[in-house]
Amino acid sequence: MATEPWQSGGFGLYLHWPFCQAKCPYCDFNSHVQAEIDQSRWKRAYVAEIARVASETPGRVLRSVFFGGGTPSLMEPDLVHAILDAVRAHWTLANDVEITLEANPTSVEAGRFRGYRDAGVNRLSLGVQALNADDLKRLGRLHSVTEARAALDLARDTFDRISFDLIYARQDQTLDDWRAELTQALTYAADHLSLYQLTIEPGTAFGDRFSRGRLGGLPTEDLSGDMYFATQELCEAAGLPAYEISNHAKPGAESRHNLIYWRGGDYAGIGPGAHGRLTLNGTRLATDTPKGPLDWLRQVETTGNGESLRQSLPLKDQAAEYLMMGLRLRDGVDLAILSALGGINKNKIKWLEDIGMVETTPHSLRTTAAGRPVLNAILTELLPD
Amino acid sequence: MTDLKNIRNFSIVAHIDHGKSTLADRLIQMTGTVAERDMQEQLLDSMDIERERGITIKANTVRIEYPAKDGETYVLNLIDTPGHVDFAYEVSRSMQAVEGSLLVVDATQGVEAQTLANVYQAIDADHEIVPVLNKIDLPAADVDRVAEQIEDVIGIDATDAVQISAKTGVGIPDVLEAIVTRLPAPKGDRDAPLKAMLVDSYYDAYLGVVVIIRVIDGVIKKGDRIKMMGTGGTYPVDRLGVFRPKMQDIAELGPGEIGFLTASIKQVRDTRVGDTITHEKKGTDKALPGFKPAQPVVFCGLFPVDSAEFEDLRDSIEKLALNDASFSYEMETSAALGFGFRCGFLGLLHLEVIRDRIEREYDIDLITTAPSVIYHVHMKDGTMVELHNPADMPDLTYVDHIEEPRIKATILVPDEYLGDVLKLCQDRRGIQQDLTYAGSRAMVVYDLPLNEVVFDFYDRLKSVTKGYASFDYQMIGYAQDYLVKMQVLVNDEPVDALSTMVHRDRAEARGRAMCEKLKELIPRHMFKIPIQAAIGGRVIARETLSAMRKDVTAKCYGGDATRKKKLLEKQKAGKKKMRQFGKVEIPQQAFINALKMDD
Ligand SMILES: Nc1nc2c(ncn2[C@@H]2O[C@H](COP(=O)(O)OP(=O)(O)OP(=O)(O)O)[C@@H](O)[C@H]2O)c(=O)[nH]1
Ligand SMILES: C[S@@+](CC[C@H](N)C(=O)[O-])C[C@H]1O[C@@H](n2cnc3c(N)ncnc32)[C@H](O)[C@@H]1O
Ligand code: SF4
Ligand SMILES: [Mg+2]
Repeated sequence: MATEPWQSGGFGLYLHWPFCQAKCPYCDFNSHVQAEIDQSRWKRAYVAEIARVASETPGRVLRSVFFGGGTPSLMEPDLVHAILDAVRAHWTLANDVEITLEANPTSVEAGRFRGYRDAGVNRLSLGVQALNADDLKRLGRLHSVTEARAALDLARDTFDRISFDLIYARQDQTLDDWRAELTQALTYAADHLSLYQLTIEPGTAFGDRFSRGRLGGLPTEDLSGDMYFATQELCEAAGLPAYEISNHAKPGAESRHNLIYWRGGDYAGIGPGAHGRLTLNGTRLATDTPKGPLDWLRQVETTGNGESLRQSLPLKDQAAEYLMMGLRLRDGVDLAILSALGGINKNKIKWLEDIGMVETTPHSLRTTAAGRPVLNAILTELLPD
Repeated sequence: MTDLKNIRNFSIVAHIDHGKSTLADRLIQMTGTVAERDMQEQLLDSMDIERERGITIKANTVRIEYPAKDGETYVLNLIDTPGHVDFAYEVSRSMQAVEGSLLVVDATQGVEAQTLANVYQAIDADHEIVPVLNKIDLPAADVDRVAEQIEDVIGIDATDAVQISAKTGVGIPDVLEAIVTRLPAPKGDRDAPLKAMLVDSYYDAYLGVVVIIRVIDGVIKKGDRIKMMGTGGTYPVDRLGVFRPKMQDIAELGPGEIGFLTASIKQVRDTRVGDTITHEKKGTDKALPGFKPAQPVVFCGLFPVDSAEFEDLRDSIEKLALNDASFSYEMETSAALGFGFRCGFLGLLHLEVIRDRIEREYDIDLITTAPSVIYHVHMKDGTMVELHNPADMPDLTYVDHIEEPRIKATILVPDEYLGDVLKLCQDRRGIQQDLTYAGSRAMVVYDLPLNEVVFDFYDRLKSVTKGYASFDYQMIGYAQDYLVKMQVLVNDEPVDALSTMVHRDRAEARGRAMCEKLKELIPRHMFKIPIQAAIGGRVIARETLSAMRKDVTAKCYGGDATRKKKLLEKQKAGKKKMRQFGKVEIPQQAFINALKMDD
């Protein structure tokens, strides 16, 4: 069989855990606050879904497993263990398989780190978000700076690889504030950092306040541009250059899981509201599952299949997704793949090159340093009509 | 047919929002013309746009019957008129059809500019005027002060002014009595040949053209063959009736009566407002003097945002023009905007109303270009060109001089804002004609160039006087001045749709203001964009729109692909609402908003 486009990205598994201790005001992830969670019931459902999806993808080698949320660090280590056992039973794992779990840095959750490692997790991604008490509070976070530092120290001792997340371009944050905070963060960083500019999402508490004009102190476009460039400069100097819009790593320490997304690979999505992209019998499919935790659970229990959507993606959509995801990477997209998907618009590329937004090599198309922060504008030019 | 002595015809006139339509409601209601359950506020304002904006645009006629204290029953024909200056023409022609006016004055506001304008028109039309002080239910009403104003400013006796609340109904019986006792009955000769005035006409999808008439002499019956003396058209009368306010058929209309007829007339354009209607045979040979048709004074281009919608736009404009003789159009091509129409309007509100209707009723997104007035360009060879569109400005080497239309503006303003008003008029090249006081209010009369007023003068006036000034104007003629065509270049390319005529002395300031405005209105692009104003190739103002700094989604992982793709598609679709000039996209509202001056 000829190689299919997804293969240059590889194959991964995303597992969604939909619960959190509290809902953060900026967050629009599929996360819910629920007092009682019957983890053994969830275990049965995840395990059943793993078996079902694996039966559709026989012989595939898993490059990555990712526990995302929500707050996966609220899962009992036992549950994580059972899930990973099922994964190992059904798929072949790559030698260097990456198994990541997203964790919140409260002390309770840190107590479970060792259990996750013993279950097979080898990479931890910590949601630190900010390094000062006031901002943590405004972001609705339940942890303190001290707890975050302790969790980081413990994580570093426990896992092969760690990363942490910060949110910047916050309310009332100045350029100098952020430079100082990032400089400090870089002293705690291992070899990977995710640095996201705060996005005001509709349907969140912040979104609501914003639309009523009650969310002040957000940066102007110019300030947010300055912050972005300062971030590039400081991370580069610290040996953690950006390999994607918001992700920085020592060369070789990139998140393999996320690279699957950005390189147009295949991924199975299991759990409430988990999307997937699978190429089966030569057709690229988009899959989805019910968003409501109980809806998903009941559907798995009663029908033995957690999917709520399965549709083939037209080439045009595949090309659009490939551009949207791939141009986020410093290395850009593979022109051969883009051409196979019918996604090349020579005139537009030429014009974007002329104005210094993109550059091409014989094999790739990528954004320039100037183009990357305005990627949406580039994409509205390049996406197929 | 009603006896002449039992008929009263009158118009209700007032400054905008002083309560004409609400008074009409009460008159209709108290005379039982409309069943209680069918009553609604401003019943006569039936167009969507009238109801939405709470203003009257079209004059409306209603026939009501009133059993008076003297024991006789009277037929009253009332005409509710619009207050906005753009539609002053509706008021003047309505007045031609009646013998008296109810002059409504809001007792909380007092005499305003349109109050005055209406009074002068009523006096010209030889009307008996009954002053009505409205809104006395409001605590701010000051009946004595306003009565005094009416006497001082207008010079008519206000001792017998009727005090009412059109809202609560207080005083309405007094209005009805005043109509009967103080307004004259119409005159006319039943036995003379038919002579009727064509007051107005409109297009109805079911009935075709409906003609509103006022019979002066003679009698008109269903089935009669009639002749329009001005246009020469002859028609059989299909239907004859009166408005109550629904159409009600009637066998005949005699002298002094107001009603409607239909006669298989295809287009409103086949009728001429002010024309004389008579019988085809044995008609009168004495035509009424007629009135001057309403002339468009403001012109702008209307272009579809999506050039594929040009034919739809043509269709909608033709349909709207069928029903609005004061709106003119002709095809226009713009280098920047492609095919569209150059349209003429009575004023900016009229423009907005038509534009709204095209966008809403026909679902076409429009680009409206800078409004312009008609310039008289006198060529060296002695000919004169009427310039409706700055883009068509002839080569200057052949031009001798340019004239522009001027108006006489009357502004009433409380003393404390007078300074701001004078400054505004001065800034707009006004020449003061008169300044008088009535109590704590000043009445200023200015001679102003129409092009300085047409666009945002009224908005500016309202804002510098916190809404306390009122304004009315009349065209007075043309005068020569030092006028030049100013071009705007975006990213070094001239955008013809942004060209305007300006006075040379104001060009720098205007150019600067326009460049600054455009800098706000055009979204940032991936590259920086110079925006310049120029006169004949010489740049007089310049701004630079800096390049976009940041527009990227912070997070985008597997689960986000579908949603983010939708957002980008939306962003892409949003670009379709803009017009591409070279590599620059200009939003559709920018063409008109670029002209709005902040001071
Ligand atoms: N309190 C009070 N409000 C009134 C009275 N008469 C009219 N209004 C209000 O004044 C506003 C304007 O009334 P309209 O009857 O639409 O005024 P108009 O003179 O017909 O306005 P145009 O046709 O736009 O010139 C409306 O909100 C009415 O409800 C009144 O006697 N008392
Ligand atoms: C799935 S989320 C949450 C993971 C974990 N529950 C936590 O809160 O730490 C992953 C990351 O997305 C980032 N994030 C979430 N919402 C965001 C927003 N509105 N703007 C910017 N970053 C956001 C945060 O940095 C967060 O750590
Ligand atoms: S940011 Fe993390 S902890 Fe907060 S609600 Fe979202 S998923 Fe839950
Ligand atoms: Mg009205």
